[in-house]
Amino acid sequence: MLPTPDTSHVPFDTIYEPSEDSYLFLDTLSSNSESAWLRSRFTSPSPSPSPSPLAVEVGCGSGVVLAFLTANSQHILGRRDVLALATDVNRDACIATQKTVTKAVHERQSTQQDDGPSDAQNEKASTSICLSAVTANLCTPLRPGTVDILLFNPPYVPTEELPTLPSSTQPSTSSSYLESSSKELSRSAKFERDSYYLSLTYAGGQDGMETTERLLDAIPEVLDPDRGVAYVLLCKQNRPEEVKERIRGWGGGWRAETVGNSGVQAGWEKLVIVRIWRV
Amino acid sequence: MKLLTVNFLTCAVKTCKGSPAAFPLHFRDVELELHDVEFQPDFIRNIITRVDWEGLHKMANELNFPTIPEVKPDGEALQSEQLLRDLHRLLLETQVAEGRLICGNCGHEYMVKEGIANFLLPSHLV
Repeated sequence: MLPTPDTSHVPFDTIYEPSEDSYLFLDTLSSNSESAWLRSRFTSPSPSPSPSPLAVEVGCGSGVVLAFLTANSQHILGRRDVLALATDVNRDACIATQKTVTKAVHERQSTQQDDGPSDAQNEKASTSICLSAVTANLCTPLRPGTVDILLFNPPYVPTEELPTLPSSTQPSTSSSYLESSSKELSRSAKFERDSYYLSLTYAGGQDGMETTERLLDAIPEVLDPDRGVAYVLLCKQNRPEEVKERIRGWGGGWRAETVGNSGVQAGWEKLVIVRIWRV
Repeated sequence: MKLLTVNFLTCAVKTCKGSPAAFPLHFRDVELELHDVEFQPDFIRNIITRVDWEGLHKMANELNFPTIPEVKPDGEALQSEQLLRDLHRLLLETQVAEGRLICGNCGHEYMVKEGIANFLLPSHLV
């Protein structure tokens, strides 16, 4: 089993702590069937230069999923030249993710060297790298057509209302507590701020789909037209079968299939991971 | 934030998406830092094949990094260790610590603070 990235440095007062859904993501990406599919899509057929894949985790939180893919890219994608990029509306999540990815790549690299010369061919092999995490709303600052692998573990819980997303700093607004560091805040203001950020990690509005719908809308534009692929987690209240049908209805060769699930409860798959790609 | 990141970013304002002037974003008042990264020539070659070279060239010029060829290198040129080392330094070792990124189309400014760029928009632009 591939190691789970270390997230001991992540402050979980405003950031989603890796949970069952995150681990389903790791298990799915590293499963034999999924990594075989990814390798066939991303392995270069000849020794000549082949474009490095850009992997982007949207709403990265702790960054555990992106770190896992990047650090284990040799196993999962058959190559070690992944460029990792992340977005999250919470700046603290961006800071945490940069550390999670960098640390996981570094640790993986040192263990692979310990494995000795059995991997002689890869002795001078490269290691994937973390480019950056940027504070942003989903894919909004990404240049169209650039993303090869998009990962999204959304806020999927159905809630009456979707929390208002943070906007750029406007000191006069009532949400100015968002700009203060936690040290300057009173206990109740810190509680308010932490609760707000945590609500963003799970509250999905109607059917738990409001944020996911916006992300799905952006997929055709943001993915690389030839080899782009997106992985999106859904829970049963999101009605995954209907979501997949809608994606297939986009036309232009779009496909959507369930490639991982958390097991069946009372005839329902509680959590699923859907792969979205174009043929 | 590694400089290569900018090759994958554009203005977050919806109406700027299709505009050629929105890419690349322009740096102002930048504070750069160098962080050692192991030199991996094959990785740099794979990066060269995937970047938007014109965007890269513009960014390099604006940062007074003059050694980038005007046309995307291929074939024999990719064997030049000096070129690969220059690009390695520019794209993977140079980090933006502080500064602003500006859209050439709408003029919106995105702040970079302590290495994290902020692409959240004010509510009237969302």
